[in-house]
Amino acid sequence: MNAPVETNAPIEIQPDETFILNVGPQHPATHGVLRVKMEMNGEYIVDAETVIGYIHRMHEKMGEIKTYPQFLMNLSRMDYLGALGYSHGHVLVVEKASAIEVPERAEYIRAIMVELNRIASHLFWFGAFVMDLGGFSPLMYALQDREHILDMLEAVTGSRLTYCYFRFGGVYNDIDDDFISAARKFIPRMRKSLKKYHKLVTGNIIFRKRLEGVAPLSKEICRKYGASSAVARGSGINFDVRKNEPYSVYPEFDFDIPVYHECDSMARYMVRMDEIEQSLRIVEQGLAKLPDGPVMPKKKPKIIKPPAGDYYQAVETARGSFGVRLVSDGDKIPYRLKLRSPTYSNMHLFDEACKGMMIMDALAFMGSLDLVIPEIDR
Amino acid sequence: MVTYFSEIYRGLLSLFEGMGVTFKEFIKPTVTVSYPYETLEMCERYRGHIELIENEEGEPNCVVCMMCQRACPSDCISIAGKKEEGSKKKVLTKYMLDFTKCSLCGTCVESCNFNALDFSKEYNLASTRKEDFYFDLLKRLEDRNK
Repeated sequence: MNAPVETNAPIEIQPDETFILNVGPQHPATHGVLRVKMEMNGEYIVDAETVIGYIHRMHEKMGEIKTYPQFLMNLSRMDYLGALGYSHGHVLVVEKASAIEVPERAEYIRAIMVELNRIASHLFWFGAFVMDLGGFSPLMYALQDREHILDMLEAVTGSRLTYCYFRFGGVYNDIDDDFISAARKFIPRMRKSLKKYHKLVTGNIIFRKRLEGVAPLSKEICRKYGASSAVARGSGINFDVRKNEPYSVYPEFDFDIPVYHECDSMARYMVRMDEIEQSLRIVEQGLAKLPDGPVMPKKKPKIIKPPAGDYYQAVETARGSFGVRLVSDGDKIPYRLKLRSPTYSNMHLFDEACKGMMIMDALAFMGSLDLVIPEIDR
Repeated sequence: MVTYFSEIYRGLLSLFEGMGVTFKEFIKPTVTVSYPYETLEMCERYRGHIELIENEEGEPNCVVCMMCQRACPSDCISIAGKKEEGSKKKVLTKYMLDFTKCSLCGTCVESCNFNALDFSKEYNLASTRKEDFYFDLLKRLEDRNK
């Protein structure tokens, strides 16, 4: 009665009694083609191995054979939920390398778009995560709110998911008054919806029981695997590229980085829910501060040929810190384009962290990591 | 003991609270559209596959400068043109779009300096045959002008 939340009890392993369970590559809980080979002892996981590479598409190699503008559209294919953040990293590193100045208005538009995209991504994650735990209707509510963002982004960028909106030096086309008024209307609507989600899901006793105290991730393991985003911030590591290595116009916004010290799945959930509110704050400030002016620079090299050198730029995407390392030899095609994807690091701690967990807890834990498989395999 | 019962009470309350939200949503108006009986109109900037733009005489604006073909990251576009005797300009004779490889990035439209390309608003493009995705844009332009 009123027992404290049980940590995973040590189990006696009898080698001849374990069996192998394959989760994936086609499994609804992995949200993509990820395969997890689990050695099980009854319901407890003895050992787990994540197998990736089922949809490897050689994005990095494509970066080495395509010119800079031709590679732009690849970035949004990496992570289909938060595509704009990835394009942001790529355009920033190329701008840094070839010293292209970005007009202020374009910087603000980029920040607004990326934050809206982050909210859309978190909303989808929220719905899918609760669905993993057995609740279906929150997904529908989340998708309804996400639809408003997609409609807004579609009206500006022309596509709903795989945007190709950012250009070297600015953005593809300017935002109009319709977008601004729609975004202004969306902010209070989303705040209302957030309250609804907290009522519907966060307070729910079944939900809390399944997440609180489950799958504790220590700071050490997060550091060891290079975890970022909510995975690290849910474990008490206050790291956000937007604050720690500011880029674009982020220093001009007033926003907080939600950090929780509980280290469990619930903490990771709470970080993402709070991030939605912080993103709303950034959008609100961005719309208020939006300066007039062009969205593309007047002076821009016709053919982009960054001088020989090694450049790196990290950005905070919805899934964590995404880095692009560009090695240029002065040609119009990069010598090397390394894409550091956040989910790749976040996923790999699963192998170590899920040992001794029950399988249903492990699946909830996997959901809390917010995996997007095409982004791991890239 | 007290905490045990208070937890049960709070747990039940949270469930009813959630049910309340669901009930409120239940009586709200429908937001979905029953496709294919109802369809939504695409927005102005919607990026579909490309389409040729014609001038006042119904001829394509294209001058066969090959910029779009060169800009395309996936080699979707193949153009051919010939020079008529006596005229300076090239005339477009073939504009094929291989939509199986196209990723709708819009680089071709951006690279065009002669206002010859535009995005179509078509989106019902599903088919079971591969041949349906090789678009002859010149033919489409002729069909449009009929």
